[in-house]
Amino acid sequence: MKKLMKGNEAIAEAAIRGGCRAFFGYPITPQNEIPEYMSWRLFEVGGTFVQAESEVASINMIYGACGAGARAMTSSSSPGISLMQEGISYICCAEIPCVLVNMVRGGPGLGGIQPAQGDYFQACKGGGHGDYHMIVFGPQGVQECVDLMYNAFDLAEKYRIPVMMLGDGMLGQIMEPVELPEMKDLSALPKKEWATDGTGVGTGRRIVNSLLIEPDRLEAHIKHLEEKYAEIAKNETLYEEYMTDDAEIVLTAYGTVARIAKSAVRMLREKGIKAGLLRPITLYPFPQDAFLRTAQKDGVKKFICLELSSGQMIEDVKLSTHMLKPVEFYGRNGGNVMTPEDIVAFVTKEA
Amino acid sequence: MAVVFEKTKMLTDTPFHYCPGCTHGIAHRLVAECLEELGAEGNCVGVAPVGCAVFAYNYFNCDMQEASHGRAPAVATGIKRVCPDKLVFSYQGDGDLASIGMAEIVHAAMRGEKITVIFINNTIYGMTGGQMAPTTLIGEKATTCIYGRDAEKNGNPVKMSEMLATLTGPAYIERVALFDAAHVRAAKKAIKKAFTYQKEQKGFTFIEVLSACPTNWGMSPEQAIDFVKTKMQDFYPLGIYKDVEAKN
Amino acid sequence: MENKIIIAGFGGQGVQALGKFISYASIHDGKEVTFLPSYGPEMRGGTSNCSVVVSDAPVASPIIAHPDMLIAMNKPSLHKFEGIVKPGGTIIVNSSLIEDKVERTDVKVLYVDANRLAIEAGNARTANIVVLGAYTKLSGVFTPEIMKAVIEHQFAKKPQVIPANFAAFDLGYNL
Repeated sequence: MKKLMKGNEAIAEAAIRGGCRAFFGYPITPQNEIPEYMSWRLFEVGGTFVQAESEVASINMIYGACGAGARAMTSSSSPGISLMQEGISYICCAEIPCVLVNMVRGGPGLGGIQPAQGDYFQACKGGGHGDYHMIVFGPQGVQECVDLMYNAFDLAEKYRIPVMMLGDGMLGQIMEPVELPEMKDLSALPKKEWATDGTGVGTGRRIVNSLLIEPDRLEAHIKHLEEKYAEIAKNETLYEEYMTDDAEIVLTAYGTVARIAKSAVRMLREKGIKAGLLRPITLYPFPQDAFLRTAQKDGVKKFICLELSSGQMIEDVKLSTHMLKPVEFYGRNGGNVMTPEDIVAFVTKEA
Repeated sequence: MAVVFEKTKMLTDTPFHYCPGCTHGIAHRLVAECLEELGAEGNCVGVAPVGCAVFAYNYFNCDMQEASHGRAPAVATGIKRVCPDKLVFSYQGDGDLASIGMAEIVHAAMRGEKITVIFINNTIYGMTGGQMAPTTLIGEKATTCIYGRDAEKNGNPVKMSEMLATLTGPAYIERVALFDAAHVRAAKKAIKKAFTYQKEQKGFTFIEVLSACPTNWGMSPEQAIDFVKTKMQDFYPLGIYKDVEAKN
Repeated sequence: MENKIIIAGFGGQGVQALGKFISYASIHDGKEVTFLPSYGPEMRGGTSNCSVVVSDAPVASPIIAHPDMLIAMNKPSLHKFEGIVKPGGTIIVNSSLIEDKVERTDVKVLYVDANRLAIEAGNARTANIVVLGAYTKLSGVFTPEIMKAVIEHQFAKKPQVIPANFAAFDLGYNL
């Protein structure tokens, strides 16, 4: 029998089963169930937990722990993630694999505590200084959170890159039936030769560092990062197509909004409108090919981008489709969430 | 030929980049010698700061991490929590530790993280060219207080050892100086004690090293040494501020 | 089958628990479900509500614009949500705390004197379980046996309260 679990708790348990053995974090609504769960559960599996003094400290504890080779994660919500941006930039340059969760709330500023998607730019375009990216997932429900989180550390370590789960307040609070995977066998993992586990001396010593003060070295390193991102785009891009085969109107949305859009697609089909949904699962790398392919279909008349923001993902949709078809936008903001009926009304008014 | 002196194995052969008369070099050597004497070779991780010691990862012959500005105690916390059997230390200057990193140092000390922090106090921002530090003395000149630090305008300097000693978490806190051979020997003893306490899982350990910066102070090395001995020692008295093993 | 329910009341009336009972029953019964609580400061003593979608197929939208059923445990909740119930839908009104009548004529209405019946069942805190019984009967989505199994399971650590909860459930179911 499946287990009924709250999104935040399911993410925490899936992380542990995927190998997470350390958590560093600071309280902020609406993700508090993650640190609360981790604070007792990690000690049951021989791990460690620190309630840090700030998000600034949390992300730097991640830098230290993951730089030493551990599987560690942190979680927060929008204002807290903003505070982590400096650390994330350092982590990306130093190529430290780690996992981050952002249960997005309304912004800017202190904003609100209800669901939002206003952190898309920050997550996908490099929220801190310099040229870098993370792998960013936009899971649509609790089971997908579990499935993606379970393999997030493997993925992070494969490419030595942070993986971010970009959820929203709804995803953290919702309860759904889930199937949890088995605990991963960590003894089978390959040794991280680059990690500062304390055993290095002489030529064998390791340095975790983001300072490359000679221009040629820094440029070569950034080139290396670019190649890595290209490789990730080639291998790890994920998306879902829902009733797009004969669709004339292609809705596009990620995360919980995509589920609301699915209901809207069904309702539109009942009205005889050929709607479909193209849902990015990885927000970085963005599924550019899938969007271009869809835009090139003769039958597709237009795209409608749905977001809980003023329009952020829509820029990637426009770029990916080469503007071959019009891209319209419908969004809600401030913590308000659209209903399937809202989407249907928008589409039928426009259709 | 008999070998009478050997450089410690815990320093690499990379030449230091420090200015003439700077005491970072001595502090590095003392830390490295203590690590070697405690058998930490292949058994420790250091954390370098942002500031003059930013390249410390090139000098210590062990696994090293370079932290962002002020966050070395958080980074060291992360390392120590997942490598509890290794000696973990951070090496930080006064801008890094007592200004931008004040929260991280205080909380690592509060939690009693079993790390050793080497705090180089030279009352100035060295790497950026001599700006006022949180430890700049009243009346001392810096490029952001050119007439000398004025408490009204610039606020007052902070005494980190005294402040951290009020907390429960620290096991050992001592302020040392490097202005003559006797004090260098005493400094080494303090650093070794701190690492020993860490090894014995006693708690957070902190050594404040009064250090000279002739370049940014606009002094000769001799004048700088004299400044540490007189003006700095006057405001920052040497001594043990916390020792959980001390008999009353 | 897709059953969309909004449950609303004061914090402390067991509104979230009521939603969770229906959600647990869905799992017992092999159905799909989403349980979306309201969260934030409003939980603390203010109004509390949750949206539950029970379905045979995976649930798409957890957000409900027009519920098939509204369970209103207090007056502000009835006034807030009465207007959005789907025509032909159902409203369960906790008449112990709500003297107003439902104004709409295109919905089925059941008035349940939940707080009085809870006392009758032997535990004043079981008003939400009385309503759970009424919901089970009206919706026909779950058998009473499954709901009772869920009650038994959820109170496994406090078995002494199970009889009163069973009694409360039966009083609601047999209205």
